[in-house]
Amino acid sequence: MSAIILFLAVLAVIAGWWLSQQRLTAKPWLEEGPAGDFPGGDAVSWPAAKVGLGVFLAVASALFVLFISAYSMRMNLMDWRALPVPRLLWLNTGVLVLSSVALHWSYLAARRYDTEGVMIGLLAGGASAVIFLAGQLLAWQQLDAAGYYVTSNPANSFFYLLTAVHGLHLAGGLVALGRTSTKMWRGAEIADMRLSVELCAIYWHFMLLVWLVLLGLLTGWTDDFVNICRQLLS
Amino acid sequence: MVDIPYEGTRGIPPAEVPDVELYHPRSWWTRYVFSQDAKVIAIQYSLTASAIGLVALVLSWLMRLQLGFPGTFSFIDANQYLQFITMHGMIMVIYLLTALFLGGFGNYLIPLMVGARDMVFPYVNMLSYWVYLLAVLVLASTFFVPGGPTGAGWTLYPPQAILSGTPGQDWGIILMMSSLILFIIGFTMGGLNYVVTVLQARTRGMTLMRLPLTVWGIFTATVMALLAFPALFVASVMLLLDRLLGTSFFMPALVEMGTLSKYGGGSPLLFQHLFWFFGHPEVYIVALPAFGIVSDLISTHARKNIFGYRMMVWAIVAIGALSFIVWAHHMYVSGMFPQFGYFFATTTLIIAIPTAIKVYNWVLTLWRGDIHLRVPMLFALGFIITFVNGGLTGLFLGNVVVDVPLSDTMFVVAHFHMVMGVAPIMVVLGAIYHWYPKVTGRMLNDALGKFHFWVTFLGAYLIFFPMHYLGLLGVPRRYFELGDTTFIPSSAHSLNAFISVVALTVGFSQLVFLFNLAWSLFKGEASGGNPWRATTLEWQTPETPPGHGNWGKELPVVYRWAYDYSVPGAAEDFIPQNQPPRATQHVQGAAS
Repeated sequence: MSAIILFLAVLAVIAGWWLSQQRLTAKPWLEEGPAGDFPGGDAVSWPAAKVGLGVFLAVASALFVLFISAYSMRMNLMDWRALPVPRLLWLNTGVLVLSSVALHWSYLAARRYDTEGVMIGLLAGGASAVIFLAGQLLAWQQLDAAGYYVTSNPANSFFYLLTAVHGLHLAGGLVALGRTSTKMWRGAEIADMRLSVELCAIYWHFMLLVWLVLLGLLTGWTDDFVNICRQLLS
Repeated sequence: MVDIPYEGTRGIPPAEVPDVELYHPRSWWTRYVFSQDAKVIAIQYSLTASAIGLVALVLSWLMRLQLGFPGTFSFIDANQYLQFITMHGMIMVIYLLTALFLGGFGNYLIPLMVGARDMVFPYVNMLSYWVYLLAVLVLASTFFVPGGPTGAGWTLYPPQAILSGTPGQDWGIILMMSSLILFIIGFTMGGLNYVVTVLQARTRGMTLMRLPLTVWGIFTATVMALLAFPALFVASVMLLLDRLLGTSFFMPALVEMGTLSKYGGGSPLLFQHLFWFFGHPEVYIVALPAFGIVSDLISTHARKNIFGYRMMVWAIVAIGALSFIVWAHHMYVSGMFPQFGYFFATTTLIIAIPTAIKVYNWVLTLWRGDIHLRVPMLFALGFIITFVNGGLTGLFLGNVVVDVPLSDTMFVVAHFHMVMGVAPIMVVLGAIYHWYPKVTGRMLNDALGKFHFWVTFLGAYLIFFPMHYLGLLGVPRRYFELGDTTFIPSSAHSLNAFISVVALTVGFSQLVFLFNLAWSLFKGEASGGNPWRATTLEWQTPETPPGHGNWGKELPVVYRWAYDYSVPGAAEDFIPQNQPPRATQHVQGAAS
């Protein structure tokens, strides 16, 4: 459970920093009058949807970190046999990076009020995300064909489970991306769509980050890294 | 004594919200059924939670019938008894208390108390309720599937939860897991709303330190729930895969019904870690909203500002943070590395400090207050006493050496029913008596309310005090019947019968409350907008019940904190949060 505790510690630092800006030491019973007279305590200037996405990403991160916690506890048991990671995953990773880059490009285009650029970015990002998901399914098929079934070893079970959870989150993102693209297609004002495009891009970067962490875990790199850290500490 | 007008600050213009931002229902369906109005969603949440809670109440009667009079009722067999226990626990903790405090009170009170027109994502908020309803229906459906609901205990520990021999192994456990997963998805949608509304939709002047403690409690509990429920989600998904696909996340190699099972190598302890990583914060997810609500009830009905407001806020935040590092005190006897116990016993005892601060502050708020013993206040006082009682036995069970012999006895059952059963329910009931006038525009009947309080309060003590004693005798929990056991004297059996009779009485007295709710809806005395003469914003709405959009044309502007009761020199014994300073009459020298 050390992974989730570490994650919560990071969140606690962020929350503590935010709370420290909120004048929690104020004596509200002495402060009568409009809030303008007293500094601090205003809402964040971000739009609500962006704050909402931020909170959701924290929740999704907690979910993935908990899966990782379970993974790291389970892998220390006797019957764990790590499975060879299919080469295809590297290609998929490349496609997901492209997807993320395309959406970032779309976001930059939206800031320039370049409608065509936004459309191209959204379509390229969406298409490459679909290709990524198809690639993940193909990787499943390859593993299955090679005899690495879901139930034959906990390492296999975790591989399928983690890739599935990541894929489902990405698929959920595709729904939002699809809605944004449809609105753009129907000729919505780019000023109204900037926020949606930005949120899509943020979510995609997050999914890429999660995927890189999971990939590190599945290939065993994280393991080596943790071992090196342990040796340095001891 | 000379009245001088307060010449401080000119009122600032109210923040107007353009009308187009609000969602407007166009038909009966979107107004009352698929509504995106937080107040309607709150009522939907509350009714659904109460309905499934009544099912759990009936289950507790059936359990008590069996425990009090073993062998008398042929329609209860051992398997059913285990199923009743499981469903009673799961429904009460998650589908009733969590849903009622956050989905019910959260939805109704947050937008009103922070001065918002609605939640920030009304559509997602509506989805949240419908996914919750689906989760409840899936859960309820387990009563009708072959094999019935799961009897694994509300903790659903593997390996027994999914092995044959545990009732509900076919469908019950699968539907239970599915229902939990749905609940968590639905809750996450609602939780995002509660958090972002408090962060972003506070009206002008409503700084964090001017929020009523109810909002602080619900806000912190929601943040905790958003981070804790994923642990239950992970545990549920993995256990579901163990059951459905035959993976071995949690399942060790074992012999099932004489044959070697397909499982091997998994760790039941891993499940317990995940479950309690959710399970302990869950206690505070239920307790923190109760803390917040009770603070407001006490302050309002004692006509006195809450003592130590800042300390109350800090304590809520501290409890929320600490509750994430105490989970393994539920696992002292699980076989985990024994020295962990000392760490978790220490953190468990540390959490008593902010909790005790809160109790002291409630008592000091009452001290020399103008206490009105109205029904909400009675329930609030009942809560403080019960919570202290339940908390003290928590100190027993938090210590490893005391916990080990008391584990799995009725002492544990008595402890957690006091601290997270009776105590939060006291607050729920008190809060309903307190806010019912705002929701319906009518008062609940006072005489029926007092009767309801005394039967519930005294009854709860008659049920759970003797249960501590049974636990000390060594009477185990979860047992269908005790049989002839040398260490359990016959007096324990008569005590069990006594408890059962009281439990049935208290259970039936809740019908009085239900009658009161229904009767007062039509015949209750009209309440007016602010019957308790309270300061917080929800009592200052232009209409009662509050209309769509809550505030008419202009949002309220907040000039003061939520607890200006009995301010020296003020004309009335309360000053609403939205009353500008210049309208307040102060006596020279008294205001500083």
